[in-house]
Amino acid sequence: MPSPTLWSRILGRLLTSLVVAWASVTAAFLALHVLPGRIEDILAGDVDTPGLREAIAAEWGLDRSLPEQYWAFVSRIVGGDLGTSYVLRQPVREIVGSQLWPTVQLALTAGVLAVVLAVVVALLTAGRGRLSRTVASALELVLASTPVFWTGILLLMLFSFTLRWFPVSGGNGWQALVLPSIALALPTAGLLAQVLREAIEKTLDQPFVTTVRARGVAELTIRARHVLRHALLPTVTLGGWLIGGLLGGAVITEKVFGRPGLGSVTLGAVLTHDVPVVLAVVLLAAFVHVAASTLLDILYLLIDPRLRAA
Amino acid sequence: MRADVQDDAGGRPLLVDVQGLSIGFAPAGAPIVQGIDLAIQAGECVALVGESGSGKSLTARSLLNLAGDGARVEARRFRIRGQDARAFREVDWRWLRGTVTGLVMQDALVSLDPLRTIGQEVGEVLSEHRILRGRRAIDARVIEVLGRVGIPDPEIRARQYAHQLSGGLRQRALIASAIAGEPDLIIADEPTTSLDVTVQAQVLEVLAQRVRAGAGLLLISHDLAVVGGIADRVIVLRDGRVVDSGTTADVLTRPRHPYTRGLIDAIPSFASRGRRLGPASARSPDRIAPLRHPPPARDDTVVLEVRGIAKRYARPAGFGRRALATTALDDVSFDVRAGEVVGIVGESGSGKSTCARIVLGLLSPDSGTVRLLGEPWSRIRETERRRLRPRLQYIPQDALSSFDPRYRVSEIIAENLAGLRPAARAARTAELLEQVGLRDDLAGRYPRSLSGGQRQRVSIARALAAEPALIVCDEPVSALDIGIQAQVLDLLCDLRARLGTALLFISHDLGVIQHLADRVLVFHHGRLVEHGPVGEVLTTPADPYTRTLLASQPRLEYGLPRHAH
Repeated sequence: MPSPTLWSRILGRLLTSLVVAWASVTAAFLALHVLPGRIEDILAGDVDTPGLREAIAAEWGLDRSLPEQYWAFVSRIVGGDLGTSYVLRQPVREIVGSQLWPTVQLALTAGVLAVVLAVVVALLTAGRGRLSRTVASALELVLASTPVFWTGILLLMLFSFTLRWFPVSGGNGWQALVLPSIALALPTAGLLAQVLREAIEKTLDQPFVTTVRARGVAELTIRARHVLRHALLPTVTLGGWLIGGLLGGAVITEKVFGRPGLGSVTLGAVLTHDVPVVLAVVLLAAFVHVAASTLLDILYLLIDPRLRAA
Repeated sequence: MRADVQDDAGGRPLLVDVQGLSIGFAPAGAPIVQGIDLAIQAGECVALVGESGSGKSLTARSLLNLAGDGARVEARRFRIRGQDARAFREVDWRWLRGTVTGLVMQDALVSLDPLRTIGQEVGEVLSEHRILRGRRAIDARVIEVLGRVGIPDPEIRARQYAHQLSGGLRQRALIASAIAGEPDLIIADEPTTSLDVTVQAQVLEVLAQRVRAGAGLLLISHDLAVVGGIADRVIVLRDGRVVDSGTTADVLTRPRHPYTRGLIDAIPSFASRGRRLGPASARSPDRIAPLRHPPPARDDTVVLEVRGIAKRYARPAGFGRRALATTALDDVSFDVRAGEVVGIVGESGSGKSTCARIVLGLLSPDSGTVRLLGEPWSRIRETERRRLRPRLQYIPQDALSSFDPRYRVSEIIAENLAGLRPAARAARTAELLEQVGLRDDLAGRYPRSLSGGQRQRVSIARALAAEPALIVCDEPVSALDIGIQAQVLDLLCDLRARLGTALLFISHDLGVIQHLADRVLVFHHGRLVEHGPVGEVLTTPADPYTRTLLASQPRLEYGLPRHAH
């Protein structure tokens, strides 16, 4: 049962996250105003229809004072209103909303796959025979250093063109998810496995492992029940980087496999100077990072009871 | 496997029957442990005694087949409860661990999984070996076992983590985790090292109870005095070989081997005052030639004057918790005179270290004053203190961590030789090294490459380099082997006699204080409960706490088994 101190620490962490999220909204607002040129022009992008600039000025309240504009901006975002894309003539919320799920689906599947791969490989090879360790370590290094698009193209050539097991492109059904997830998961899995194995080997040297062995616990149980939890601590630190990498990688992977998703939306928006959409994607990325690091910090508290006390 | 238990002549079952045990690592390398015979009966405590590196832990671990990766264990006879262990497969060993043999290690803070509750740790052996089924049955047994080792409120403690328990409770929990599977043999590897004497006595009593209840106990220790109170038989190991063995009374009163004699002579106590603990020459450790220490030079100059110092630590109120204040030190006054050794005893948390830090000027007292050589020392700015700093030096427990790892020995000592020309500095360094009994070719070495005793000597040389009037020694020999401890204590006695340096000597080991100190201060819960000449305070104590301390002290004179058969 979590103790009152644990709850107060979690609550404190959530409050800090809110402050960071607020700071990123403010930064976005400032960036918009610091950019050279009139804000109406920036927001309109490449579109130039008569009366559009005036409509934008009215919608964003550009005639009002800066504090008033700032207040309106923040309250709109808190209310979930991300504005309108004048290029696509659609609310930004609808555009992002419709494309968010395919990307999240891809990043989540790849993330779970990467973690499972890394844990299994690290548990089986840590502190064991020198050969299996060397082979696994070399393979992980190669995977971690291979770009996602290259792995993606190789997978496509083998499994889609030659063997025809999976579709070449598209976003329908689980078959279309298999190859992109693997391509995205492999580099992450490689790095995670390296970090995890080193942490496991360090933990295996701890005196308590001898105590557990002296209770007659089987070696694999020791690793899964005792050692893995200790080894997770340094790995969780990598978590923020991992989530960023997965989201960034997802954008590239979507391009290679022709999948719909935030990647294509963002790329399109940048090319057509669709600033409202870009702004929304930037804010979304910031919020995801804040949420992820909050989650990881809370995860620390759950993994290590010693951190709850202080 | 339960059947077929072999009896010895006396009719009691032999739990362990090992002859000609040798353990080595590299395929061609010399064995680390060689020719060891070991027999343990039920209801008997056998002690393995030796200094670090003697192979005592390795020998004990081999009974669990946990000697380490790549260890080659060979023996003429290797029977555990009548079974030939040389034919055991890994499954057999795993079954054996926890049900036939239980292991208790040193320092439960790292020997219990810090991320799991005490209850989970103690219950693991029960579920793993399917001794009990169902969470309720296991929980009930866990609480029963925790109660059996003397842990109060076992229901609450079972839900806590190791770091939330005091050192003594933690160590009891570790014992509970070893005996939960009702093993016939308990292997305790330095189970009381790093514990306070009173807690040590309690933990040893818990183990003695298991022996009275019929378990066999293999007790590993570097300390003959600890072993004396509980062991039936003692085996003395040195460099992987047995040098002495027999009943405890025999080994302690009539040691056959000079090495055992040396170990016994090295134990500091009242009886050892004024004589050397270690052999006269470090190069022939087998020969003992006790020397009388010359009488210390003393005069009545007050070096350190401490008046009514107090220190409280406050934890501010936080989100959902109340403010908490602890009194670390409460109204403590004492003096240290020139050439005098003042001992401070007390258990962890008694305020010993807080007092040392205030004396060293590292911590400011909330009230009270400290004067050094008649001048104000507490509550002044560090720049004002700097002039007097050289006259007050410090010898820590862990010398290595007090050295800059990138400094050579000569540079470490030279830190306290400011204002000397390079040639004079080199000459003085060589002189200091000779004074502390180190060869001067060590001057170019890095501290990591030195042994524990050498490191502590370097730390003493560094303190002496400043020609101090007072040295604060914080448990300077607690981490050392008994033989090395003897040499360092002899060195301190010599230096103090020759140089007239006063020592404020903190130790949790009463024997060290009895051997070395002129006067003693007894700390308890931040208060100075008793002080006076060592001969008075530690023989006829007035305070009940001092009496408890004395009663807990392991002593060789009473080195007969407590449990009669």
